[in-house]
Amino acid sequence: MLSKTSPHITGSNSVGKVMVTLLLTMIPGFACLVYFFSWGYLVNLILASATALAVEAAILKTRKRPVLFFLKDSSALVTAALLACALPPLAPWWLTVTGAAIAVIFGKQLFGGLGQNPFNPAMVAYALLLVSLPVFMTTRWANVDQPSSLLESLQIIFNLSASGIDGITGATPLDSYKQNIARLTSADLLVAPLFNGQWPIGWAQVNIAFLIGGLVMLWRRIITWHIPVSLLATLAVMALLFSHDADAKVPVLIHLLSGSTMLAAFFIATDPVSAATSNKGKLYYGAGIGLLIYLIRTWGNYPDATAFAVLLMNFAAPLIDHYTRPRVYGHTNAVKGYKSDD
Amino acid sequence: MNQQANLITTGKVWSIPGGIHPAENKSQSNATPIETLPVPSELWLPLTMHIGAEALPIVKVGDTVCKGELIAQAQTGISASVHAPTSGRITAIKPHPFAHESGLDAMAICIESDGLDAWRKQTPWKDWQQHSAEEILERIHNGGITGLGGAGFPTDIKYRNKHAAVHTLLVNAAECEPYITADDVLIRYYAKEILMGAQISQMLCSAETIIIGIEDNKPEAAQAFREAAKELNLPVTLTVVPTKYPSGGEKQLIQLTTGLEVPAKRLPSDVGVLCQNVGTLRQIYRTVVHDEPLISRITTVTGKAVNKPGNYEVLIGTSIETLLNQAEAHLKKAERVIMGGPMMGFAIPDIAAPIVKATNCILAPTKKELPVPMFDNPCIRCGMCEQVCPVNLLPQQMLWASRNRQLDNAALHSLPDCIECGACSFVCPSNIPLVQYFRYAKGEIRQEEQDNRKAEQARIRFENRQARQEREKIEKEERRKARAEAAAKALAAKKEAQPEGAAPATDAEDPIKAALARAAAKKQEKQASAASKSIDELKADVEKAKTKQAKALERLAEAEKEGSEMVNALRKAAGKLEEKTKSAELALQQAQEQSN
Repeated sequence: MLSKTSPHITGSNSVGKVMVTLLLTMIPGFACLVYFFSWGYLVNLILASATALAVEAAILKTRKRPVLFFLKDSSALVTAALLACALPPLAPWWLTVTGAAIAVIFGKQLFGGLGQNPFNPAMVAYALLLVSLPVFMTTRWANVDQPSSLLESLQIIFNLSASGIDGITGATPLDSYKQNIARLTSADLLVAPLFNGQWPIGWAQVNIAFLIGGLVMLWRRIITWHIPVSLLATLAVMALLFSHDADAKVPVLIHLLSGSTMLAAFFIATDPVSAATSNKGKLYYGAGIGLLIYLIRTWGNYPDATAFAVLLMNFAAPLIDHYTRPRVYGHTNAVKGYKSDD
Repeated sequence: MNQQANLITTGKVWSIPGGIHPAENKSQSNATPIETLPVPSELWLPLTMHIGAEALPIVKVGDTVCKGELIAQAQTGISASVHAPTSGRITAIKPHPFAHESGLDAMAICIESDGLDAWRKQTPWKDWQQHSAEEILERIHNGGITGLGGAGFPTDIKYRNKHAAVHTLLVNAAECEPYITADDVLIRYYAKEILMGAQISQMLCSAETIIIGIEDNKPEAAQAFREAAKELNLPVTLTVVPTKYPSGGEKQLIQLTTGLEVPAKRLPSDVGVLCQNVGTLRQIYRTVVHDEPLISRITTVTGKAVNKPGNYEVLIGTSIETLLNQAEAHLKKAERVIMGGPMMGFAIPDIAAPIVKATNCILAPTKKELPVPMFDNPCIRCGMCEQVCPVNLLPQQMLWASRNRQLDNAALHSLPDCIECGACSFVCPSNIPLVQYFRYAKGEIRQEEQDNRKAEQARIRFENRQARQEREKIEKEERRKARAEAAAKALAAKKEAQPEGAAPATDAEDPIKAALARAAAKKQEKQASAASKSIDELKADVEKAKTKQAKALERLAEAEKEGSEMVNALRKAAGKLEEKTKSAELALQQAQEQSN
């Protein structure tokens, strides 16, 4: 007779299902990226996915782990997809390949693989590339008013075009606003097509599409509301407090609807492995990311802030976990910190 | 009429955190009436069917017993008696397969049925109200009643171990585990007996209100309660709680129906609630009113490997195999047989094991029905476990601590408060057997606590011993000092006294000298009196002394013969008497000489 301890029934959920659902909910946002900006995103996705899977398989084999069993959980694909969304769409092919390899090797497998990484692997790779190769990371963006076709994208990415391209500095609303507000008024700036009032074309659509995907994840109970809500709320509150003068700083709607805000709130910050874990902890964690995003965007030199904000809060997650345990049934207070009360 | 309407009040439902909604799978077994299993030819009655000390057999192999006769007596403290479920002969008292995760055998009494099923003499108490609470508790204790919901805690102890005044008797009719319908069906057929048991119970704990907590997936049972309450004219609060596992857990149902939380490491009675399972209440009624000890129960047999799923009234001690055969189970199809429900039950190592008092369900699922996940993925800390935990724990954090045997860390996360309901394992996308880790860590924490307590006791004993030795040393030293001082003082006093040469002072101060002086004075007096005595008197004295001496010598001889311890003392006494005789004779001689 087979003996196994209770419970004898389990739900039908699996890590693979969670990851695939996450990938599916990324489709609307990703489609908008491709449609409004560049086919380069799709090329990047394919490059990153292939690299991530290959590197993951190689390392699993080296670590003598069941390769297919772990590849099936699709977590490498999620890392690749997040990286593909974050990297410049027209970055040279080797940049994407390097990024995906860094994410899987240094971001994940060296810590022990799935579930062991203290940092978000895709953000580790992104930050590393941004610091090491700033030129390629800032000059290969696509412009929303001249989306590149698949052929053009391939030519640029693989450096095949006869003329050769040195760089396309796609202006981002966040960066452009920050650069120009010193000499222009808000009203002057916002009429430009890049801002389209406060609904920057392309950017707003991408963010709303990721928001919709995120809501689907909430509905499917892949994530809980805590991190996205606290992140967006903190970012909005900070923007309302410090950017109330639109002639001085980037206004709240542009903060919420451009850059990687929604992708960060629903898909990056919610990576459970590297996030804080209790409901209360997730609120602090999300708020911290929201705060850091605003701080770095406003007073930092980087065009966007998600990667650093997330990584910094990844550092803080274990500490947050120790101080945000819930009150357990039958106890008057929650146990906080490293010492038990009783 | 108005009173009738107010008899049954609808209770407020509070919320509990977490919980899951597994497929209920109850319709397979609750559609048919309760079937009574024929008396099997052989019954094995384990002595450890309850929580607490095992019962002690009071029968010998070869004895014949009647149905309901006591065969094993409860020990003092937490323990429960065992009774013969049918009449027959005791054929063995030895270890027998027992339904426990360990797979270890347990001591059991075997009864070979004589087919008569003849009752012992019964003394029903139709008027149980005439008896005192103590008498009724004694009867419950003697009836071997334990909780029938699954834990098997001796029932009378629940009433005796109250720490606070009980205001609410909570009738646990939730039955939240999937598949199990024993309580559901029991209520449908015996709601009145259950409520009469509740009446007795209410009297015992003097609760003001009776709350019935029942899940909303049992409308027939709820209706049966309403009708029975009307018939008995018994005011009850019927609280229909939403179907959610584990709302039937004692602490969870208390929270759902009263909003109260039982403090950690305390009992429900500490918040004034006494919780009883419906089966237990009915048994209280059967035992108190009809004088039937706990010898049978209703058990659900279900699962896709069972052809005739349903509820069976089965004698305690019937082998699980017999019950499964009666329910036409295909054991080849069943990959495992589970005692209890799929959430908290355990796989039985050997189906020769008997049904015990707490067996509410025998589940024989097919492999397809309850597949066993072969591999588990790593934990991705998705936190789904946290969302379903009914006691607000962080299972994902507890897993890290348990796996790495960081018991301090596990305790920080309140691991000992885990109720092992299995909701976390159920939702885990990585198929991690979380509860298994938690059971292990709980055991380790308990062990460590015990070891710590032992070490602490040893430390205290050692320290006490050291302190005592130290104290004794100091006291000894002090005594020595005191003696030395006293001696020095005495010496000084002597030195001071001698040069002054005051004689009366010496007499007064030196007790030895004084005593000697007194003795000398006495002697003189005696001699003087001897001198003043007449010769006849002196003769009599001599005679007296001689007889006394003779008597003493006689006794001495006797003592010497027996080797008594008194020999020396007697010898001394004899010596003294001899001296006395001599002095008396001397005195007589002197007197005669003087008179001559």
